[in-house]
Amino acid sequence: MSVFIIRRLLQSLGVIFVMSMIVFFGVNVVGNPVDILASDDMTQEQIQAFVARLGLDRPIYEQYWYFVLNALRGDLGNSFVFAEPALKLILQRLPATLELALASMFLSVVIGIPLGIYAGLRPEARSSKVIMASSILGFSLPTFWVGLMFIMVFAVMLGWLPSTGRGDTTELLGIQVSFLTWDGLQHLLLPAINLALFKMSLVIRLARAGTREVALQDYVKFARAKGLSARRVVLVHIMKNIMIPVVTVLGLELGGVIAFSVVTETVFAWPGIGKLLIDSIQLLDRPVVVAYLIITVLMFILINLVVDILYSVLDPRVRLKDVKS
Amino acid sequence: MKRMLSLAGAMLAAVILTALPARAKELTIGLASEPTSMDPHFHNLGPNNSLLSHLFDGLIDQDENQQLVPGLAVSWKALDDLTWEFKLRQGVKWHDGSPFTADDVIFTFERAPNVEGSPGSFGLYTKGKTLVKVDDFTIHMKTAEPWPLLPQDVSSIMIISRKNGEGATTADYNSGKAAIGTGRYKYAEYVPGDRIVMERNEGWWGNKGEWTKLTFKPIKSSPSRVAALLAGDVDLIEQTPTVDIERLKKDPNLNLSEGISNRVIYLHMDHWRDDSPFIKGKDGSSIKNPLKDHRVRLALSKAINRPAIVSRVMEDVAVPAGQLLPPGFFGVSENLKPLEYDPEGAKKLLADAGYPDGFKLTLHGPNDRYINDAKIAEAIGQMLSRIGVQTEVVTMPRSVFFNRASRGGPDGTPEFSFFLVGWGSGTGEASSPLRSLLHSYDKERGFGAANRGRYSNPEVDKLIEEAVVTIDDAKRGAALARATDLAIGDVGIIPLHYQVNVWASKKGIKYRARTDEATTAFSAYSE
Repeated sequence: MSVFIIRRLLQSLGVIFVMSMIVFFGVNVVGNPVDILASDDMTQEQIQAFVARLGLDRPIYEQYWYFVLNALRGDLGNSFVFAEPALKLILQRLPATLELALASMFLSVVIGIPLGIYAGLRPEARSSKVIMASSILGFSLPTFWVGLMFIMVFAVMLGWLPSTGRGDTTELLGIQVSFLTWDGLQHLLLPAINLALFKMSLVIRLARAGTREVALQDYVKFARAKGLSARRVVLVHIMKNIMIPVVTVLGLELGGVIAFSVVTETVFAWPGIGKLLIDSIQLLDRPVVVAYLIITVLMFILINLVVDILYSVLDPRVRLKDVKS
Repeated sequence: MKRMLSLAGAMLAAVILTALPARAKELTIGLASEPTSMDPHFHNLGPNNSLLSHLFDGLIDQDENQQLVPGLAVSWKALDDLTWEFKLRQGVKWHDGSPFTADDVIFTFERAPNVEGSPGSFGLYTKGKTLVKVDDFTIHMKTAEPWPLLPQDVSSIMIISRKNGEGATTADYNSGKAAIGTGRYKYAEYVPGDRIVMERNEGWWGNKGEWTKLTFKPIKSSPSRVAALLAGDVDLIEQTPTVDIERLKKDPNLNLSEGISNRVIYLHMDHWRDDSPFIKGKDGSSIKNPLKDHRVRLALSKAINRPAIVSRVMEDVAVPAGQLLPPGFFGVSENLKPLEYDPEGAKKLLADAGYPDGFKLTLHGPNDRYINDAKIAEAIGQMLSRIGVQTEVVTMPRSVFFNRASRGGPDGTPEFSFFLVGWGSGTGEASSPLRSLLHSYDKERGFGAANRGRYSNPEVDKLIEEAVVTIDDAKRGAALARATDLAIGDVGIIPLHYQVNVWASKKGIKYRARTDEATTAFSAYSE
C-alpha cells in the first residue's frame, strides 16, 4: 500500500507540472490586465511603465521560466490587484469555503442516504415517489436561481435568516470558523443547503439504486432469515454495501464543491475562494488564477487518493497494490 | 402568584429598557465592488477612493457635485503662473492624537507615486509638482509649466501621516497599523471579502455627521444586493439594477435617490484607416472607410434614437447626451444639445455621401462594464440597420474588449472600426475627456491615450493644449467649450447618454447622489 501511495504522489508531480504550463499559457492568452487595472486618465508613458512593472513586456516563455523558478521556492507570484502573495490570498479565504463545502457535504449525506435507502426499500410507496420527484428538481434547478429564491423566501419574505455574508466567526485550532456561533450558523444555513441540493439528489438516487439491488441479494435474504432485526439488516448489511458508489461520487463532488462553489458564494456574498476566483478572472489577476488552479489540481489528487484508500476499507476485496506487480 | 410573576416581568423589562443607552446610529452599506486595499495610495480606483475618503482627508475635497471644497487646506491660490500657495488647517489631529502639519503633506507627495506593487499609481497627480514647506501650516507647490488643474490633482491625493506612514507597506495599512488618517471615521476592522468596519472620529474638524459606526459589505451580485436591502441586512446599496427600479420605487419601505454622473456613454469610430477591418460593402467586398466622411458620421448619429434608448433600455435612468459632460460641469459647451432622431435626414446624408444602400458594419462593445452596455449596443445595431447600415453587434467581457479596442490591431493599433465605450471625468471638468479622447494620439506628450478612433483635428488640439495651461478660469472654460463644439461638430465621437446612478436605501435614510459615482456614508442622512 505504501508503494502505491508513493507512486501515486510521484505521478501527481508530473500532472502538476503539465497543468501549470497549460494554465499559465492559457491564462496569458486572454486580454491584458493593464487595460482593466490602469486608471482612465493615465498617459501612454505611464501605461507602458505599468506594463513593465508587472513584467508583461517580457516574452511569455521568459515569464513562465520565472514563474517556475519562484514556484519551486513556494512562491506562486503576487496578485496584480492586491499586491499580496497569491497563495496567501487563497489560504486566507480557504477556511470559509471549506466550512461551506463540509457543511453542505454533511447535509447531503445525513439527509440523502436515509431518504435514498427509504425510497429503495419501498419503491412503490407514495412517499418514495415524492422523494424521487424532488430529487429530480434538486438536479435540474439552477443553483443561482434556487439561491436567490432561498434569499427571497427566508430572508426577505419571512425574515428568518440573514440574506448574505458570513456572520460572526470564532477561532478553532487557529482557523476562523462560523458554525460555533448562533449568528454564524444562521448565515451558514442557506448557502450550505443551496450548495447541498445537487449532491443530496445525487446521493438519494445512488443510495436508492444501490438499495434496490442489494436488498435482493442472497446475503440480505439470509440475514433476514436468520432473524436479524430489520434495523440491523439495513444499517449494516445494506448500507455498507451501497457505500462504494456513494463514496466515489462524493469524493469527486467534494473537490468540485471546494474548487467551484463560485455560484453559491457569489449569490450569498460568501467570502470564500470561489468568489476570489471569479473576481480574479474578471480582473485578469493572472497570478491568482494560476495559483488557484494549481492548488485545485493538488486537492483533487489528494481527494482521489483518499477515496482509493477508503475503498479498501469499505470493501476488503479491493486491494491497493502496485500496478506492475 | 401569576400576578406577582407578571409584575416582576414588567419590572424587569423596565430595568432593561432604562439600562439600554440611547441607540447608536449605525449604517451598513452594500457595495457593488470590493475595495482592494486600505492604503490610500495603493490603487487609483473608484471603490478604493470612495471608501478611503472616510478615513483620510485631502488638502482639497470634492463635494457631491465634484466642486472643490476646503479639506485639510483652508485656502489655496495661484501666486503666479507657476506657484500655488496652500494654507493648512490648524489644530487638526491624526486618529492617534499626533498633530497634522506641513511635513505630513510633503511626506504624502513623496510616497503617493512610489507604492510598492501598486497597480494604478497616483503618480498621475503628483507628477511635475515640487513642494516647498514655508512654515508648519503653509505650503508652496511649484510646477514647471502653468497647470490650472493643480487643485483638481491635489484633491485626488489623500494625506497620510509621516509618523505612521514612514516605511509602512500596503500590508500595514490593510492590518490597520498604518491606516491612521485625519478623516471622519477610524479604522476598526477589515475582513477581505466580507466586511470593513469603521467608527466615528469624535475629534473630526468638521461636522462629524450622524452615523457612529459604519459597516461596508461587498455584495457583488446585483439581485443579492437588492435582496440584502429588502431583508434589512444592509441600509443602503449602490448600483441598483435598472430592471428592479420600477418595483423598488413602489415599495413603501424604501427610498431611491438618483443623480446624474460624470460618465458619458458614446460611440467611437475609426477616423484614420482607409481600409477599416470591420466595414464592408453590402456585397461583402472591401470598401474605402466611409467613416472618414463627415456626412456618414453625422448620418449614424442622427439615426440613433437617444430618447428611446433612455426610456426602453435604460428604464428612464439616463439622460440623452449631446457632448462629453452634462450641463453644469466646468468647460461644457452651451451650444450643444443631444442630436434629434432623424432617420430620413440620415438616409439623405448617406445618399449624398455615395452610400444610398448603406454598407456593412460591426459594432463592438463590452457586456459587463457599463449599465446595460450590451443591450444598448443591440438597440443601436437595429437603429442603424433601419437606415441601411447593416450592423452586426458583437459584445464581449471587458477583460477582452478593452485590450482589443486599445491595441488589438497590427503594431498595437486599435482593432475595432466602430465601438461603444464610456468615459467618466475624474477631474469633474471637460479637459479630462478632451485630452484623452479627442486630442490627436500623441504618445510623447501624453495626449489622446484613449483616442481609440485616432480622431485628429489640429484646431481642436491647439485649443486643448492652450486650455490646459491657462490659469484664468473664464478663458480656460471658453477654450474647452470651443474645443468641444468643434470636435462634436466634427462627430469625433457620437455621444449617447449620461449614466444616472441610483442608490436605494431603507425608509428613513436618504442619499445625496454623487456625480463621481462614489458611495460614502457622509452623503447619507436620516430624513
